[in-house]
Amino acid sequence: MRIRLEPRVDPARWLSAAATIGAVIVALVISGAIIAFVGGDPILSYLHILNASFGSVGVLSDTLVTATPLILTGLACALAFRMRLWNIGAEGQFLLGAWGASAVVLAGLLPPGTPAIVYLPLMAVAGMLAGAFWGLIPGLLRARLGVNEIISTLMLNYVALFWLQFWVFGPWSESGFQQTKAFPREAWLPRLSDFSAAVPGLGGLTVHLGLVFGLIAAGILWLILERSRWGYEIRLIGDSPRAARYAGIDIARNVIVVFAVSGALAGLAGMSEVAGSVHRLQDRISPGYGFTAIIIAYLAKFHPGRVVIAAILFGALILAGREIQPSGVPAMIQGIILFALIVADTLVRYRLRFEGRAPAAPAPTPPPGATASGAGGPAG
Amino acid sequence: MDLTLVLAAGVAAGTVLLFAAVGEIFAERAGVLNLGVEGMMLMGAVAGFSTSVSTGNPWLGLIVAMVVGGLVALLHAVVTIHLRADQVVSGLALTFLGTGLARVLGEGLTNRPAATLPHVTIPILAEIPLAGPILFRDQSVLVYLGFLLVPLAWFWIERTRPGLHLRAVGEHPAAADAQGIGVYRLRYAYVVLGGVLAGLAGAAITLAISPGWFGDQTVNGRGWIAVGLVIFARWNPIRAAIGAYLFGAIFRFIIDVQGVHSILGIENPFLAGRSSTFFLEMLPYLFVVVVVILGSRSATRQRIGAPAALGIPYVRGERGV
Repeated sequence: MRIRLEPRVDPARWLSAAATIGAVIVALVISGAIIAFVGGDPILSYLHILNASFGSVGVLSDTLVTATPLILTGLACALAFRMRLWNIGAEGQFLLGAWGASAVVLAGLLPPGTPAIVYLPLMAVAGMLAGAFWGLIPGLLRARLGVNEIISTLMLNYVALFWLQFWVFGPWSESGFQQTKAFPREAWLPRLSDFSAAVPGLGGLTVHLGLVFGLIAAGILWLILERSRWGYEIRLIGDSPRAARYAGIDIARNVIVVFAVSGALAGLAGMSEVAGSVHRLQDRISPGYGFTAIIIAYLAKFHPGRVVIAAILFGALILAGREIQPSGVPAMIQGIILFALIVADTLVRYRLRFEGRAPAAPAPTPPPGATASGAGGPAG
Repeated sequence: MDLTLVLAAGVAAGTVLLFAAVGEIFAERAGVLNLGVEGMMLMGAVAGFSTSVSTGNPWLGLIVAMVVGGLVALLHAVVTIHLRADQVVSGLALTFLGTGLARVLGEGLTNRPAATLPHVTIPILAEIPLAGPILFRDQSVLVYLGFLLVPLAWFWIERTRPGLHLRAVGEHPAAADAQGIGVYRLRYAYVVLGGVLAGLAGAAITLAISPGWFGDQTVNGRGWIAVGLVIFARWNPIRAAIGAYLFGAIFRFIIDVQGVHSILGIENPFLAGRSSTFFLEMLPYLFVVVVVILGSRSATRQRIGAPAALGIPYVRGERGV
């Protein structure tokens, strides 16, 4: 039997959405089968994830806290991917951002008692600069020397991790532990629970200002991508580099700038995490946010608004998945979702036709029984 | 620190990278980029190790690891060759999937003892001055398999008829198709072969070179280093071998230097437990970046022979490269 792919001329919009949702469902079913295979209870696991992430206002708040770094790193990846620039280094840029923001606090340059209004903007700028610097390296290497950005960003992730470990285990170590001392209160991003004196219902809610950073960044990125000339250039380069070149767009410059902005977004995620959630720098500051961000960007089809939604879903998975045994389950589910998504993508772009093994008389239209179009039904 | 022992251990560590890099060379020469090496290695590592733990037979583990590596690669083959998905994204998905699945399957395998593959000394060759003790004394059987694989892979690709077909499929699939070469069939075969070798590389870690299962730390980026090596090697197995052994030696040196109190009379700043060792541990990854810069610079893509159709799905009857 042969399979032939026929391009769909004009795939319906709902088909793409249906395929994405269908892919996630199929991925969850497959993951459930694997969980059952290794002796777990998939239904209980999924119910636990739902309950421990959306079950009450308190856990919903924790879910949003976990989603905050994912929104910002997801946006970082979405921007780069939109230009077909494979920035796999959001993880390293996140770590550098966390380091840069911490340096503002721990370098001892600011006198004790410096107000938050000075601390926090400085930390945000330092985090973004550090992340942008870490993104600039692969950007420059790609634009000037043609170095594959996948390899360079990946390797720089490891370098960033060791750099962070050096400071956390060495100069900034709190009496030999793998963490720095806690930041002063002035270096904490405001949380909802800080206002519980005025509004009693907010007690214990950990959502912090970083979430607002993420939402604002998503809005700005949407404006840039969809409503600005620069965004048009990025989209054109992503869709057709050749056309972009003919149009006189400076691709090398865009590579460098997009990498820097992407790195700055991931760096801001690192700042938001240390200042909003952890309140110190530590070795295991990221459970792989920068890698999950890749899947989030892909799930969102590089659309900033959908990145926010996808980040909340994956935040739930990571938060609630911490207590699920075996411990690799959330990572596995993420991988299977990405696989299902790319298969779904093909099914949206092409109609699958299954043909018999006898191609002697080329049949222009296969018999209706042999037609199968996945995930969708009629379209185009 | 005995330099001979360090280099011998470096050759052993390099063997892991070698299998993975040669496997990736096969896939890429056929025109299919597979960035899932890290995931395939982890799947091979966990499959081989758990088989050895439960059956006590490391050879069976090795075979299972290769089969599993091939099966995981088959997933990539179906998605990228038939379904024409983006090879970059599919490869990344394969890494995520392999990493997560290996962690799930490897749950409870840490600190379990497993039978490992034997070490062998080659009688006469081991007596060769300098090279003998490094290459042929008390090495794992897989190290010798690596010695055999490199010239065989080179000869197969560059000097045989099937190798010519392989190169044709990677350089100009439409022309190869017109010649009656089965483009899809060969691409499937070499992507799966790449997976088999990545599975072998994974099992080489857990069953031979540094036995044991340590979760996703078991492979710890070596799959990605292998992908970088392929660019450095300009898709040539012999250059890949040189790079692999070089990296193996660097990895070993980094481990060993942390146990030395002084180097040439100077107090060792990289002594284990000091925070400066982290700079030492950055080195291999920085080195990959340097090596890839050199590989990219030494000539533009055409002249160094990146397969012309690398990364591009082949569609029969469609205008392409």
